[in-house]
Amino acid sequence: MAGLHKSDFANPVINWIDTRLPIFTMMQKEYGTFPTPKNFNYFWNFGALAVVALMVMIVTGIFLAMNYTPNVTMAFDSVERIMRDVNYGWLIRYVHMNGASMFFIVVYIHIFRGLYYGSYKTPRELLWMIGVVLLLLMMATAFMGYVLPWGQMSYWGATVITNLFSAIPVVGPGIVTWLWGGFSVDNPTLNRFFSLHYLLPFVIVGVLFLHVAALHITGSNNPLGIDVKSPQDTLPFHPYYTIKDSVGVCVFLLVWAVLVCFVPNYLGHVDNYTPANPMATPADVVPEWYFLPFYAILRSVPNKLGGVSMMFGSILVMFVLPWFDTSPVRSCRFRPIYRQLMWVLVADALLLGAVGAHPPQGIWVVIGRVCTAYYFLHFLVILPFLGKLERPLPLPESISRPVIAGGGGGLPGGAPAKPMEKP
Amino acid sequence: MRPAILLPAFVLPAFVLIGAALLAVPARAQESETPPLVHQHWSFDGVFGTFDNAAAQRGLQVYQQVCSACHSMKQMYYRNLAGIGLNEDQIKAFAAAILVPGPADESGQPTQRPALPSDHFKSPFPNDEAARAANGGALPPDQSVLEKAREGGPDYIYALLNGYSDPPAGMKMQQGMNYNRYFPGNQIAMPQPLHGNDVTYVDGTPSSLEQEAHDVTTFLAFAANPELNERHATGVKAVLFLVFLTGITYALKRKIWADVH
Amino acid sequence: MADTVAPTAFDHGSPGDARRDFLKLVVGATAAAGVGAIAWPLVDSMNPSQDVLALSATEVDLTPIAEGSGITVLWRGKPIFVRYRTAAEIKAAQDVQMSQLIEPQPDSQRVKSGHDKWIVLIGICTHLGCVPLGNKPTDPRGDWGGWFCPCHGSQYDTSGRVRHGPAPLNLYIPPYAFESDTKVKIG
Repeated sequence: MAGLHKSDFANPVINWIDTRLPIFTMMQKEYGTFPTPKNFNYFWNFGALAVVALMVMIVTGIFLAMNYTPNVTMAFDSVERIMRDVNYGWLIRYVHMNGASMFFIVVYIHIFRGLYYGSYKTPRELLWMIGVVLLLLMMATAFMGYVLPWGQMSYWGATVITNLFSAIPVVGPGIVTWLWGGFSVDNPTLNRFFSLHYLLPFVIVGVLFLHVAALHITGSNNPLGIDVKSPQDTLPFHPYYTIKDSVGVCVFLLVWAVLVCFVPNYLGHVDNYTPANPMATPADVVPEWYFLPFYAILRSVPNKLGGVSMMFGSILVMFVLPWFDTSPVRSCRFRPIYRQLMWVLVADALLLGAVGAHPPQGIWVVIGRVCTAYYFLHFLVILPFLGKLERPLPLPESISRPVIAGGGGGLPGGAPAKPMEKP
Repeated sequence: MRPAILLPAFVLPAFVLIGAALLAVPARAQESETPPLVHQHWSFDGVFGTFDNAAAQRGLQVYQQVCSACHSMKQMYYRNLAGIGLNEDQIKAFAAAILVPGPADESGQPTQRPALPSDHFKSPFPNDEAARAANGGALPPDQSVLEKAREGGPDYIYALLNGYSDPPAGMKMQQGMNYNRYFPGNQIAMPQPLHGNDVTYVDGTPSSLEQEAHDVTTFLAFAANPELNERHATGVKAVLFLVFLTGITYALKRKIWADVH
Repeated sequence: MADTVAPTAFDHGSPGDARRDFLKLVVGATAAAGVGAIAWPLVDSMNPSQDVLALSATEVDLTPIAEGSGITVLWRGKPIFVRYRTAAEIKAAQDVQMSQLIEPQPDSQRVKSGHDKWIVLIGICTHLGCVPLGNKPTDPRGDWGGWFCPCHGSQYDTSGRVRHGPAPLNLYIPPYAFESDTKVKIG
């Protein structure tokens, strides 16, 4: 029959299913024999780690939702009941709470890897843009999740962030009232945030599927940033990268377990153990650490609408990054100047994080403005010009023969040349 | 070459994590003119730390005889005291000495009954308004998770309890406020709660101010983290397991990759 | 995929194979054990929590119950009948011929020895789950003086045994114990 798939699996049950719905063939193709560049370093673990983080968050979240009550009079107590009375509730809740931090750590490193090795460049622009969508969805999910325990930081964080939308001219106040479902952050807000916090992770799963599908169309980038040229350049995904990712997963879970069991509240804010009180703002309202750089950008602009625009712009600029970086070379390894600037950008982002953690006074205001300006300068000015001005190092001929091809345009391909630098 | 790559990839997360957190902490501490907290030795510190039950039980006595006059502990049940080593009969006896509202009698009048292990800790005031009215307008915070809700945790609570003195010369105190060098702003509504010898310990320990402060802080830490003993034990097991799993997974990875050049 | 290099690590016969396969087994088994250890807390979190368990036993003071009448207390979300039986009711319950019963069971098996005057029952009709009447002396108690189910007319005697259908079984007895002559602990 025309529609049936010709399955190669020997096991009769698998063969029967695969003939009618070739999911085993697909898995074999996409995760078994899938040709993957052989020269990945451990930075290529972080995509898999993000998937693990997402799965753990969804599973622990489902079990938390069984005991959580999204009502302003009961939310705080229901979380405490999870911590005290539900069997292993403390474990599930601390895993989920620290999981947000773990998720952002691996995703930020994943993004750094994409920036450093030029994974956003053609033909992977759409893959990159889907990734930026995933980041935005993650941020929305994390923000709404942080509101649910209904502590002081939950309440005031929600108040401050939703008020960002009031900066929009004309319709801003109406939008904020609509977001709240009232005239301040209150029970309707908590209810809808809980609903959306439960929904968005599954939207993330869907978009993640597109992210992976796009990846499997273009194939992975690699530390050299050059295209796969022959079968000698690749290895089957399994067992080589399944086992290599497993090593990373083990280390990742180890860090997570240490956080959960020994310092579960280290990354949190003490004020969230005080129940929400609309009558008293805590001394300093700060977001979770993973939002600090964006918070710093927000506060660095002495204009409400300007600050909000810049904050959202700092992420939206990622969408146009593939077109602002004019260099044809992907990997920083072969871009001597850009490699330095990449680390300057990392330092800039960390400094912005520090600025976000400090009250906007004195030197911090200055640092914040300089860092904000540099952030946009990097993407919007430096990158377009650098691509034209920088003289990249000669690229290797192929992944499997990491020698520098034809330096000066004359040497024969196989000639001994300087070995590639250590990564 | 491989381990050399492994290093930056996994040091970076730690770097980012620690960097962000370290930068965040001084921001919170620097706002008021309070001296830095002195780290005390706590039985529940560290990877293998567990609650000192004797100290926590003495702390319970301090809470019951002093703190509970104003501070509620709404998340705690009397049955939770099993976590600091009280047996079932001791818990029943402890609860039975406390009267809580019972069901209405035949004529609809409120009654009182002895508390049961399944009852929440009795709150000193029926509502926040009554608590404010009885405390000069200031609401004594609930102490269930107080230890987790203050920067510095147990060290802060201990320091605060020991931090009362006369205000320095020239400092203008507001009406009804008390000087405490560890309280943000140095003016606290709570009068000095512990002076030493406020309780007579059942186990005969001399009840100096430091001893009482240490004991009640231990009890508050237990109230905020009743899962701590189990959490630390789980953590030790999880870390040992994951270190082993990481080791053999890495060994297998080396074997599988041995032929790749 | 045809264009993939042949995975050399799959080749058999090299000396490292046996060790590698053994290592695979160890890693797989350890990881499986780890997954199991992670799964258990999630499964266990759906079991009754500590606050639910703390309320799973109810102590009942018997002193306010008058002879010939009963009370209903709530235990684990179910009504529990505690009834103080009169001497005549006890005798009637004990003297019944087993052959007359739908589910034969002597009265001695349905009370605690030495406490014949107290019968403790789960007050849910074994037919379709209604709560029978009969605790108060003014309630309809049916032809056998016990309980009468208003839904479909099932009747129980003073030992809580079904005497008239459609209920198929006697009323269930919850786990309970006398803590003293005037106090029972249910659960």
